[in-house]
Amino acid sequence: MTAAAVLDAASWALLVGGGFFVFVGGVGALRMPDFYTRMHAAGITDTLGTLLVLTGVILQSGLSLATVKLLAIAIFLLLTSPTAAYALANAARLSGLKPGDAAADPDPEQRE
Amino acid sequence: MITLFGVFILSLLVITAIGIVRSTNLFAAVMLAGLFSLQMAAMFFILDAADVALTEAAVGAGVATVLLLSALALLDDEERRTRRSRWAAIAVSLATTLLMIYATFEKPRFGDPLAPANQHVAPWYLENTPELIDVPNVVTAILASFRGYDTLGELFVIFTAGTGVLFVLAQRRRDTRFARLPNADAQGLRHHLVPRVVGRLLVPFIVLFGLYVQFHADFGPGGGFQAGALVSAGFVLFALLEGERAALRVLPRRVLAGMIVLGALLFVGVGVAGMLLGGNFLDYSVLGATPVAGQHVGILLVELGVGITVTGVLLTIFHAFAARVSER
Repeated sequence: MTAAAVLDAASWALLVGGGFFVFVGGVGALRMPDFYTRMHAAGITDTLGTLLVLTGVILQSGLSLATVKLLAIAIFLLLTSPTAAYALANAARLSGLKPGDAAADPDPEQRE
Repeated sequence: MITLFGVFILSLLVITAIGIVRSTNLFAAVMLAGLFSLQMAAMFFILDAADVALTEAAVGAGVATVLLLSALALLDDEERRTRRSRWAAIAVSLATTLLMIYATFEKPRFGDPLAPANQHVAPWYLENTPELIDVPNVVTAILASFRGYDTLGELFVIFTAGTGVLFVLAQRRRDTRFARLPNADAQGLRHHLVPRVVGRLLVPFIVLFGLYVQFHADFGPGGGFQAGALVSAGFVLFALLEGERAALRVLPRRVLAGMIVLGALLFVGVGVAGMLLGGNFLDYSVLGATPVAGQHVGILLVELGVGITVTGVLLTIFHAFAARVSER
């Protein structure tokens, strides 16, 4: 097995793993009972999933300018995605939404 | 594969559009409109229009959403229910939709080299840009040089929009500029540690990326419009984190108004300078030692003018809304 094939296999594993996590996040966001659990599902898996996908793409692109740009995007997402999830949960908490309070759910459409 | 992506995003666009129409919560509608713009940007990118995609993402999904949200802060969240029947509106939309679908039957296939749009002046631009202007990004060459008049017109549309918003919203007595800001609004998100730390970290990079987009427009997608939107997005983030007052201390209203005028004057000034040096209005060839060097100088200055005015207008509109909100 050559080095290129190993890289390719690793990249595909990362891409598939990332896709799996994003999918799980989507299912969780639809199926979980209340706002906080839904947000939990979407927030955590989105961060992990996109980072895995980006790492997979970095392995595909090799050493080039594109790699640097992808790394910059990955760092940006690593910072912003959890912050956005935190801010969303914080805003819901401050506006008085209690966990398990499915009836007072602000809006199922607005997550992330 | 690209076709599959296109079909996927177009279906999402239709779903989002229906969501915007159906939603009675205005906040949700605004967020969905931002999402719509983001999908539109992805669609433009699939169609190889990177410059337009960047503009749509920065202006449509970014700044426009913020401006709509700040306008929404003055209104109720829920849409008012109308009791009138909507059959007339539905009939008109249906007829328009059918007409537009009918019109698409006459359209040439996407990317058809024999299509009228690809036969008119586009081949001329593609052939002559390397020789006459010599920048890799033909879009910038067309936008800033070949069609400089159009861009000047667009800039004055934004200029007029900014002035109009100021006339409507900025009727404030000068002395009460800060006095009325209640503490909670004036402080921004200061007591929320996580968004504040991360946001402060990001602001300089957003502004830096805006400047990159501004000055790299000759070589890659970008230009004054996108850069202006990005830079003002950075400052809006700063205002949200640190509060109106801190943001106005960095860029006071007077400076913003000056920027609006300065950018427009710079664009017109470059045109007039061309006239004084013996060329036509907005003919940059006479600005440098060689015509190509002159074109480069002209494009740089004109794009800078666009960027300055767009930043000024967007931030002025944001502050005008924010001041109204904290007055309430």
